[in-house]
Amino acid sequence: MHELSITEHLLEHCISEAKSRNASRIRVIRLCIGQLRGIVPDCIQIYLDMLSEGTVAEGAQIEAEFLPVKVQCRDCGQEGEITPHRLCCPHCGSLNLKLLSGKEFYIKSLEVDIDGNKSTASDHGLERGCE
Amino acid sequence: MEIKVLHQIMDWNEDVSEEVKATLASHKICMINVMGSPGAGKTSMITSLIGKLKDRFRIGVIEGDIAGQVDADRIAELGIPTVQLNTDGACHIEAMSIQHILPCLPLEDLDLIFVENIGNLVCPAEFRIGESLRITLLSIPEGDDKVEKYPLMFTDTDCLVLNKYDMLPYFDFDEERVCANYQTVNPEAPLFRISSRTGNGLDELAGFIAQKAGSAVS
Repeated sequence: MHELSITEHLLEHCISEAKSRNASRIRVIRLCIGQLRGIVPDCIQIYLDMLSEGTVAEGAQIEAEFLPVKVQCRDCGQEGEITPHRLCCPHCGSLNLKLLSGKEFYIKSLEVDIDGNKSTASDHGLERGCE
Repeated sequence: MEIKVLHQIMDWNEDVSEEVKATLASHKICMINVMGSPGAGKTSMITSLIGKLKDRFRIGVIEGDIAGQVDADRIAELGIPTVQLNTDGACHIEAMSIQHILPCLPLEDLDLIFVENIGNLVCPAEFRIGESLRITLLSIPEGDDKVEKYPLMFTDTDCLVLNKYDMLPYFDFDEERVCANYQTVNPEAPLFRISSRTGNGLDELAGFIAQKAGSAVS
């Protein structure tokens, strides 16, 4: 449930971003989440639905892209991807690893309608099945 | 249309965390964030460590709990300045909460502050609170699969404490599994085996904290 306060700040940032670009509506919020983080996109969606009522983000959909945990093996020197459930080098099985990535959490992009360019934007929205 | 954003979502908390850190540094205080499951033994460990460290450091405690102040009362009985931080249902402490509550402690008279975070292996790991040292506690009865299940908590800590180590003979706890997984996700950080009940291992942990506290404020 830590997603509640995260969503409050996420929404605040998205609204100010939309405002600075003269966007009239936010349709999609694209997030990137490293697999080591305990962030549940469905929870963010539920809180967003509650918090965004009456704002330009009302009805916006969360699209989350999970980023892999990347490591470099300190024994064989190779890089590779692992999952939190199998914490060893995918090449040689060593447990002696250096973590390269997997803790990311950022807003990648927004899909918005821009004032004065609504037809194009809403067409785009329809294409994406966001209506 | 798509607009690129590339905004780090946790910046709002990280910024306040840095402010808290600066406030503490100006008072030469080292703050320690103690995290672990409900029942892992956070309060008992803090109580025991106070006994080991109180002759060398002036200590204060921030007791985080969803509700109530049972733990704060336990600590206050030791004559240590203690404030209760009730999160009213929230599952973690944020930097902003610490910023608000710090003035309730006599900062001029403290060297070390223990923050007992909310009992939870997921949410507290996501939030820096201005601490100089993060301690993650895992007790033997909780089981040996926790590093794999809650990797961020063990990746982002400065040390892991295996508590209730005297219980090891009574549980099917694969210590090697925990140590190997912990070393994989956090190769530089040390591991301590303690029992707050018997006192075993506490001197080593207290020594580590004293050394970190010394370097954090110098």
